[in-house]
Amino acid sequence: MIWTLPHIVAGTMVLSITAYVLLAGADFGGGVWDLLATGSRRDDQRALIANAIGPVWEANHVWLILVVVMLFSCFPAAFAHLSTELHVPLTLMLVGIVLRGSAFTFRAYDRKDDIVQQRWGLIFSIASVLTPVLLGMCVGTVAAGNVPLHQSPEAAVIAAPTFVARYVSPWWRPFPISVGILTLTLFSLLAATYLTVEAQQPETREGFRTRALGASVAVAVAALVAALLAQRDAPLVFAALTRGVRAIVLLSVTTLFALTAIVSLWKRWFQVARVAVAAEASFIVWGWAWSQYPFMLPPTHTIESLAAPRSTLLWVLGTLIVGTFILLPSFFYLFRIFKRGDVLEIEH
Amino acid sequence: MNDLLAARSQMAMSLAFHIIFAVVGMGMPALMVISEWRWYRTRDPVLLDLAKRWARGTAILFAVGAVSGTVLSFELGLLWPTFMKHAGPVVSMPFSLEGFAFFTEAIFLGIYLYAWKRISARAHLAAGVVVAISGALSGAFVVCANAWMNAPTGFTMTDGVLTDVDPIAAMFNDAAPAEVVHMMLAAYAATAMMVAGIHAYALLRGTLRPAFHRAAVQTALFVAVPAVLLQPLSGDFSARDVAKRQPIKFAALDAHLHTGPAALVLGGWVDEKTLTTRGAIEVPGAVSAVLHFDPNAIVPGLASVPVSDRPPAGIVHMAFQIMVGCGLALALVGAWGAWRSWRRRRGYGVPLPADRKFLLALIATSPLGFIAIEAGWTVTEVGRQPWIVQDFLRTAEAVTPMPGLVIPFVGFTLLYIGLAAIVTYLLWRQILKTGVTPLSGESPVISATTEYSVRQ
Repeated sequence: MIWTLPHIVAGTMVLSITAYVLLAGADFGGGVWDLLATGSRRDDQRALIANAIGPVWEANHVWLILVVVMLFSCFPAAFAHLSTELHVPLTLMLVGIVLRGSAFTFRAYDRKDDIVQQRWGLIFSIASVLTPVLLGMCVGTVAAGNVPLHQSPEAAVIAAPTFVARYVSPWWRPFPISVGILTLTLFSLLAATYLTVEAQQPETREGFRTRALGASVAVAVAALVAALLAQRDAPLVFAALTRGVRAIVLLSVTTLFALTAIVSLWKRWFQVARVAVAAEASFIVWGWAWSQYPFMLPPTHTIESLAAPRSTLLWVLGTLIVGTFILLPSFFYLFRIFKRGDVLEIEH
Repeated sequence: MNDLLAARSQMAMSLAFHIIFAVVGMGMPALMVISEWRWYRTRDPVLLDLAKRWARGTAILFAVGAVSGTVLSFELGLLWPTFMKHAGPVVSMPFSLEGFAFFTEAIFLGIYLYAWKRISARAHLAAGVVVAISGALSGAFVVCANAWMNAPTGFTMTDGVLTDVDPIAAMFNDAAPAEVVHMMLAAYAATAMMVAGIHAYALLRGTLRPAFHRAAVQTALFVAVPAVLLQPLSGDFSARDVAKRQPIKFAALDAHLHTGPAALVLGGWVDEKTLTTRGAIEVPGAVSAVLHFDPNAIVPGLASVPVSDRPPAGIVHMAFQIMVGCGLALALVGAWGAWRSWRRRRGYGVPLPADRKFLLALIATSPLGFIAIEAGWTVTEVGRQPWIVQDFLRTAEAVTPMPGLVIPFVGFTLLYIGLAAIVTYLLWRQILKTGVTPLSGESPVISATTEYSVRQ
């Protein structure tokens, strides 16, 4: 592996995606548990989720915007290509993002009667379920090489002459769907595990512990199904993740963190579990990045071949470095204020 | 509806929707921070209450702004992939910087909204200041990117490939200064005039908490009056800038159809086929005189370029007139307010929030800032057509090959209409709670004017 400038920029994008998964992913997962809130502790669970997401979701969401900006600045041909071929799932994902964010805010500021709150809660939670699935589907589609970049617009039309062949079939297949479900289970696992740390009441904490354990199993099953489907549907991904020493090390480390998460949840070492699921999720993201490397648009176009002029890469990278010095302390401050683990009082 | 028209309509609709929230995201933090600052100095609880009330409105609007902005960042590619393929690396700087400004704004807004009781008053105020500054910066950066589309620079185009890309030169393009100043002033003017109008309505109708609404009107005017008075100057600077750099856009907005001395064309509708204007009042030579200090100075007309290079002058001219009309009306109200408060300092008249006529004027003009912003964006965007990047890339060449674009257009339109209705309702609820409509059975209504007359 030679680290050229485009590789450094692409690596930075992978780190941004990791941050998005660990932070915003858990916010989406919170919506999943809002939908699945049951039993006598239902209202406590929902209040805990709302308090956990409220102050941070907008900041967490910006990681996605950063990835989009870096993609169109530094790999413009890839951005143009993906937003053309994945127009349909990306548009649906955007609808999900809009509904999730606005319904969550509307719920916080609308009347407190049950009917009104439930209506916004339902939109918020359904959008929280669908958005990660669509995001994962887009990732799976790219990784499988289902949207190859053609030599010319004419070649693209010849390769996929109908609307369905070009704009639906690449992503509406078992493997991308399985990646979508893996994403959803992973986000739910992150949320449930973080919430065990943030919960104040023991019963609520136990509820999320059970959910986190369930989600751990769901992630394992979803990963296994995705792997089995990859063998047939995404041979590039399967080959990259099964062959070679690096692949085996990567898989082993991911599995190790997944097991650590389960054991520490079982033993109620919630702080350890939080770190372990974050590591597990990070390694899943990096596994995806590794499975594509050195391609950005498999099976033909590498990171280097899609890179923007050097001046742009340098300036964007410079901005990122300077920006990080402002961003990281700000994030640290934000989380120090709100994730201390005491009860949050919202002004109404 | 063909796909190009659907794509343009979706983009126009998304921008028209988002810009309201983006502008409020610049203006409201300034207002709430000023109110909190005044509280910090005086410890008058009304001012703190006002800052909190405004913060809650800001929270609703900012959330919708954040998600509709995300939609736009994707739509750049979903609708205009060819544009982004070329423009992406060149306009990378303002967008990257905007990303960080938005990050900072979102982080500190989270702190501002939720940490009233968790951090010291001083730290809270500082968080608000960071929100206001980063909000203003993110707006300025986005406008820099738009300005590049009007004055593309920082690259060389050879055989359809961009070389010698200089992102810094692109960011500081010729159109940026005029556009950024004009948009920032517009954001503060529109938000503050709207806020002043809403609280003026509460005062005029009678309220249980006149002190609250008086403080609101005063704070809003403190921001609005300088902004609306400076905006005509900035507008003049912008118009001269456009006349110099984009003469055809200028010809369209002035309805100056044939090359020659340019008249000031008031009203009327441009018939683009026959190249005539119907129903307009013309002041011959006036625009030439303003631009070049010579009424006979030759200004290029719309007809000086082929039909395929002309923007739809009818819409552009109409939008320009609406923008200027709204801006001048706001400037007049601002001038009146400035004069009145100057007189009041010398001991004449009543304070502004107690003057019924002035309150009525504030209510009447409160939406004009936003109308002017929408119209102004129509001028700059439609006026640039048929180009997406002036003289380099046509809008028709930039559109996505995906068919059936009318479906996402209709879908997003319905979604945004729904959101707009809900946001309006929720904001109205927030104001209702402060007592615009007095509840029956409570203490008698005290209107702004009666309370002052009692005091005097």
